[in-house]
Amino acid sequence: MIKSRHTVTLIPGDGIGPELLSHVREVFRYSCVPVDFEVVHVNSALASQDDMDNAITAIRRNGVALKGNIETKHTLPPSVKSRNNILRTSLDLYANVMHCQSLSGVQTRHKNIDIMIIRENTEGEYSNLEHESVSGVVESLKIITRNNSLRIAEYAFKLAREKGRRRVTAVHKANIMKLGDGLFLQCCKEVASGYPDITFDSMIVDNTTMQLVSKPQQFDVMVMPNLYGNVVSNVCAGLVGGPGLVPGANYGRDYAVFETATRNTGKSIAGRNIANPTAMLLASCMMLDHLKLNDYASLIRNGVLTTMNETRVVAHSRYWGLGTTSDVVQSVMKNIQSKGQLTAEL
Amino acid sequence: CTQKTSYRSFYFFAKDIVQLKSLWSLQFGNYLQSFKSNSFQILSHFTMQTVTLIPGDGIGPEISTAVMKIFEAAKAPIQWEERNVTAIQGPGGKWMIPPDAKESMDKNKMGLKGPLKTPIAAGHPSMNLLLRKTFDLYANVRPCMSIEGYKTPYTDVDLVTIRENTEGEYSGIEHIIVDGVVQSIKLITETASKRIAEYAFEYARNNQRTSVTAVHKANIMRMSDGLFLRKCREVAENYKDVKFREMYLDTVCLNMVQDPTQFDVLVMPNLYGDILSDLCAGLIGGLGVTPSGNIGANGVAIFESVHGTAPDIAGLDMANPTALLLSAVMMLRHMGLHAYADKIQIACFDTIKDKKVLTGDLGGKSKCSEFTGEICRRVQDME
Repeated sequence: MIKSRHTVTLIPGDGIGPELLSHVREVFRYSCVPVDFEVVHVNSALASQDDMDNAITAIRRNGVALKGNIETKHTLPPSVKSRNNILRTSLDLYANVMHCQSLSGVQTRHKNIDIMIIRENTEGEYSNLEHESVSGVVESLKIITRNNSLRIAEYAFKLAREKGRRRVTAVHKANIMKLGDGLFLQCCKEVASGYPDITFDSMIVDNTTMQLVSKPQQFDVMVMPNLYGNVVSNVCAGLVGGPGLVPGANYGRDYAVFETATRNTGKSIAGRNIANPTAMLLASCMMLDHLKLNDYASLIRNGVLTTMNETRVVAHSRYWGLGTTSDVVQSVMKNIQSKGQLTAEL
Repeated sequence: CTQKTSYRSFYFFAKDIVQLKSLWSLQFGNYLQSFKSNSFQILSHFTMQTVTLIPGDGIGPEISTAVMKIFEAAKAPIQWEERNVTAIQGPGGKWMIPPDAKESMDKNKMGLKGPLKTPIAAGHPSMNLLLRKTFDLYANVRPCMSIEGYKTPYTDVDLVTIRENTEGEYSGIEHIIVDGVVQSIKLITETASKRIAEYAFEYARNNQRTSVTAVHKANIMRMSDGLFLRKCREVAENYKDVKFREMYLDTVCLNMVQDPTQFDVLVMPNLYGDILSDLCAGLIGGLGVTPSGNIGANGVAIFESVHGTAPDIAGLDMANPTALLLSAVMMLRHMGLHAYADKIQIACFDTIKDKKVLTGDLGGKSKCSEFTGEICRRVQDME
């Protein structure tokens, strides 16, 4: 049965999340995208997990979600875990995918970057297993499993093949964490043997960051455990122009959640109409592709990229650009309209 | 200008002041003038000081020779006691460094070390880790400053990473729970966190740095990084003259590659420190030009080059001794021998700035011995 309309869970989150997502809805409405949003609020100030449970149930029902980042309040006791993390692990969104590409309209120190980062999203250092064994001594457990390592490696190679990429690099610290990262590396090697058309190599994480800031063009597809993924994705996002530009996706077997790649709450810029909507808009396009609404995805994506690269309406950035969020959104919608498609009243 | 003149030796000043080329180099020296160890006296320039030298593996021996040559040319009052550190198994099967190496370090307190190889999955712990445990080298300090004459996409980098060096993710404690499930333990303790935080603020105060930023991931690792952060906050209370900030690791990475000038002193647990210090080294040109110092308990300090052993160019006279040399310069400052430190540093930077005699990694075609010779020549010309 071909679906006429899709329902997607929307979690506004904190900071700049709500405003960016309302712009996404504006652009969707304007472009007559057949998507309805079921909005679920999560209150990060509460210790109870009820609202998270509601959100997770909603995503299970709809299968797809678009979200802003939920703040983790340090004033709450350590037993209250990061809600973003709970979401990822409950829905088993094991692959975090980020595509970092240099945009011609953005001024950066490095050019011609085109890196796909696939990050294991459920275990590693984010296992939430901590205890104070003796007073003043805290142990935090990093878990690496064969199953999850094989799974993420398989995902990375499959995606690389699908997208016609030539090389997959595993990022690790197996010289120090011989058993943990050693296992991860071994799993990657095993999966690599099943993809002889794709070159596989590995690199230690500290060398990786050093290479990224000097010669980022050497990287193609990168696969890594959770924490290194956090570091590498933020470095790459910074290299192509900042957190406001790059979309991210979290895929599981049954569910998919889309958000900005670097997951910033952006508290200091919230409510000031200066957040860059590009990342969230591109994330919503990734979502449309996932829903097989590819025409709408291309339409909006082209509108956004034209704004970035041609009409050059740039949002406010600490480092460049002085436009407002609304300026960018208006420009995107104008570019969409100029394609001649049926649009709603502005 | 009194601060600059205070660390210049009398007879160095007696020569032509015009020889002191860039003011910038002096400022570099000023801030690199480092960690005042309480137990260490400022020595007279005429007493020979013995330093334990660990040449290391791969290119280690040739760059150590280069440093010794340059120090000789500068007539620095340093005599070297060479020691080897290969892991040996002591009684009870515990891995340790050779006793003569330990004895030498305990006696001399100052050490200079070349790169050591760390094989993956070899059964014994990494040599560097072993050294750290033996001498309780709790603080790894890496000043990263853009080198004039060695262009990178980043200019005006001037920051210091201070990394907790004994615990955290590098505890070395790993278990196979069941087949296919591995657990690695990250250890954060109150004492170590307090100690590194105190060192960081002391360093900031002694080196006229304006702010200290604690780097953490306490949103995810609530208890462990939470403890680290709490200790930093507590110590910050006693150093109101230094600004204290806290920032998530990912935010630091994101901002570091866009604008590194916003950072000053960064303090963090082991793994983040490892990653960030290498990232910062990449900003200024790589490990081939980055100095590093490890501060231990009991006045011990080991300065080292942090690049690898480069086995592919070992023995071919192609290595770049800059990193080891700058670390040796850091050591001289730590010992109070600022005049020699300045001389050698200026000679090194001028050679790089001049671009005529550069090793392959710096973009030139000269041999290591030629590069060393050029620095020696400049040092001698300064006499």
